[in-house]
Amino acid sequence: MGLFILRRTGVMIMTALCLTFIVFFLTNLYPNLEKLAKTEGNFRMSDEAVASWLNKNGYGQPMAVKYGQWLGVVPGWTYVSDAGVSGRCVTGTVPPEVAADAPRFCGILQGDWGYSTRFKTGVGDIIQTRLGNTGYLMMWVLILMIPSALIVGVLAGMREGSAMDRSLSTLSIMTTATPEYVSGVIFIAVFASTTVGLNWFKGTATAAMENPTFENFFLPVLTIALYGMGYIARMTRASMTEVMTAQYVRTARLKGVSFPNIVLKHALRNALIAPFTVIMLQFPWLLNGVVIVETLFNYKGFGWALVEAASNNDIELLLAISVVSVIVVLLTQLIADIGYVFLNPRIRIS
Amino acid sequence: MDPLTWTGSLAFLNMIFAIALVAMAAALVIWMLLSILTAGTRHVANADGTMTLAGNPQAIAGLGVKFSCLLVAALALAYVVLGLILGSDAGILGAISRQLLPTWVALLLLFGLSVSFKRRLGLYGKLFDSPIGMIGFALVMFWVFTGLFGALDLIATHDPLGQISGMKNKVPGTPVRGADEGDYAWYLLGGDNLARDVFSRVVKGAGEVLKYAPLATLFAFMVGITLGLPAGYYGGRLDTALSFIANLILAFPVILLFYLLVTPEIVATGLPQFMAVVLFAFPLVFCAVLIHSRFRTQPGKNRIWLAVVLLPIFLTYMSLINSAGSKIDFWPLDFFEVPGGVLVVFVSVVFVNSPTVFRIVRGLAMDIKTRDYVAAAQTRGERPWYIMLWEILPNVRGPLIVDFCLRIGYTTILLGTLGFFGLGLPPESPDWGSTINDGRKLLRIYLHPALPPAVALMSLVLGLNLLADGLREESLKD
Repeated sequence: MGLFILRRTGVMIMTALCLTFIVFFLTNLYPNLEKLAKTEGNFRMSDEAVASWLNKNGYGQPMAVKYGQWLGVVPGWTYVSDAGVSGRCVTGTVPPEVAADAPRFCGILQGDWGYSTRFKTGVGDIIQTRLGNTGYLMMWVLILMIPSALIVGVLAGMREGSAMDRSLSTLSIMTTATPEYVSGVIFIAVFASTTVGLNWFKGTATAAMENPTFENFFLPVLTIALYGMGYIARMTRASMTEVMTAQYVRTARLKGVSFPNIVLKHALRNALIAPFTVIMLQFPWLLNGVVIVETLFNYKGFGWALVEAASNNDIELLLAISVVSVIVVLLTQLIADIGYVFLNPRIRIS
Repeated sequence: MDPLTWTGSLAFLNMIFAIALVAMAAALVIWMLLSILTAGTRHVANADGTMTLAGNPQAIAGLGVKFSCLLVAALALAYVVLGLILGSDAGILGAISRQLLPTWVALLLLFGLSVSFKRRLGLYGKLFDSPIGMIGFALVMFWVFTGLFGALDLIATHDPLGQISGMKNKVPGTPVRGADEGDYAWYLLGGDNLARDVFSRVVKGAGEVLKYAPLATLFAFMVGITLGLPAGYYGGRLDTALSFIANLILAFPVILLFYLLVTPEIVATGLPQFMAVVLFAFPLVFCAVLIHSRFRTQPGKNRIWLAVVLLPIFLTYMSLINSAGSKIDFWPLDFFEVPGGVLVVFVSVVFVNSPTVFRIVRGLAMDIKTRDYVAAAQTRGERPWYIMLWEILPNVRGPLIVDFCLRIGYTTILLGTLGFFGLGLPPESPDWGSTINDGRKLLRIYLHPALPPAVALMSLVLGLNLLADGLREESLKD
């Protein structure tokens, strides 16, 4: 088991390195840097001015060196001019004596996430606040999604082919066929517009960042939860129908155990092993949904930051975002694998 | 011209329809509740040798559901048929139904022919034994025909890009201001915030979506199959390396990838085009290996087949990746020009979809390679690629066809996501995602620009899901 976790962690770190390098490569292509120089400096810069701006700000170095600096395994760049020294590890332009005291390495290994050119603050702070907002959203999504998906799946799967099964299965197919941007639009149209006139909820969740209430927070949560719910419910149903035809359930039934008892005491525990993995592997998709819903409802979280960073080529923020999302995805995969082994004694041998 | 109401002279049906809907909902709820509370219907053999049904409330509720569903369906059909006859006298619904006449005729023909010959049509024919599959197939074909006839200009009432002054954000059924003799007199589903006709845009959008989604899925399948079969069959290092790459792409947040690939700066570097060179080569490789592995021992036949199949594909491939004035521009025979953003969108969608297909094919190949017929082929001395493509692949077609249907739906959703973020496709493109994105800004005041494309996308994806479900059910029955 220890070796398994160790190996998975190794693969995880390698994946994270590869992915961040791809993001790094794409964001550091010359046309992107040129656009960055022009938005930071001024739009009518000549090609020489762009080149000198890039040199001054450390973007002119080879790709591998820059990546090493961002990681923190290569000393940060410095640029000496008449005005003083500027550099990766130095804030602003300072006299040489001050610059000499600055640390030589400052990458993410040293806990320095860099500086966001879009928000003009440290990337670490942005990630923290935005991730906090999204974490709160995700918490409520999971609280709504998991129990309802499991209940729907178990109810549908306990009697295969019954009225309950057919209606609930159709319902879950319908929710999987409705992407967030469709269901979100329909919910806003029905529950938050002046035309239909129901006005039960707020159409934006901007206020929910300080003061989340049922009125301004329920629609975004429901929109994300609904899309993920159908899939989990279908997997739970499949697992439940399989368990209900197992030998030991038939034995229990022949012994005269009542139907509710069979479901609750015998079938449920075994039926919930498979959905656990599915729920864990659902996280990358939830991340996707978060981006759409945060844009649609104007909730300034992690997904919103992603869209802002990507449309402004904010390199360090984008890198930080990809690191965080890759870690979330790989960590949930790891938990899914380990959890599966713990929950299912039959495959614990390897 | 007067503005149209929703149902016009058919308004007397509305009350009945509402009652039927309520009855159906009530019947459904009762049916579901009874199925929890009672044990369900079962046959009971009586002492005198007769059979009776026990658990009658359940059976009665089931009948109620059946009849109320039939009633709702019949009324919906009445709206369509009467609308066909009355045209715009039957309000907006009637006018839309009249516009969709080619679609109805095509659907009727298709279903009539398919049902009458269903015993001779293999898996496709069996689809017509499952009601779920039939509903799904009908929904999908409805949009396919609408897209097709829409592209032939048989359905749309106005130019999807044309703006008519005074029609900005007008509600459905508004008469067109200053319409000439030949023009259609109404905006059937209203105008959007640039005064374009929503109905025509949805119809044209169906064509856009159905042009890209199935093709992109097909390419993703080619890539996934060509890489997944050897990974599953050989295993070992190759499998480890390919799986690592697949997991790498899967761990990437999809939207971040889209943003990185689709921005004009990246497009200017030619990166998406180089990716197209690699990804679009897979169909070529796939077909070449497919034919060669089969006819390896008959050189004459082999050459003819390779020439006949590969030459057109090669020419298409070359004109696909070549585009005048971009990084790749060397091939003289450039037959068609793919519009700028479309290639990029296509490449990113294929790129995102292929790892999942790879994983499915790999799993299936690992399962099938232990079968006896594979061992028999190995003993015969067949080459590995022959075994993979002519022994394993035909035997995994069931799950692959089902996944193909599901994946078209998923690709449609992805294309919509791209449109929703305004990435790639040109901004005035009528595809559903872009239209939803345009419409959502004023959503709290005007519903009509955003809702029709949203409902259209939902119904298409739902149809594909139901179709996949029906196919799975029918293919498992063998």
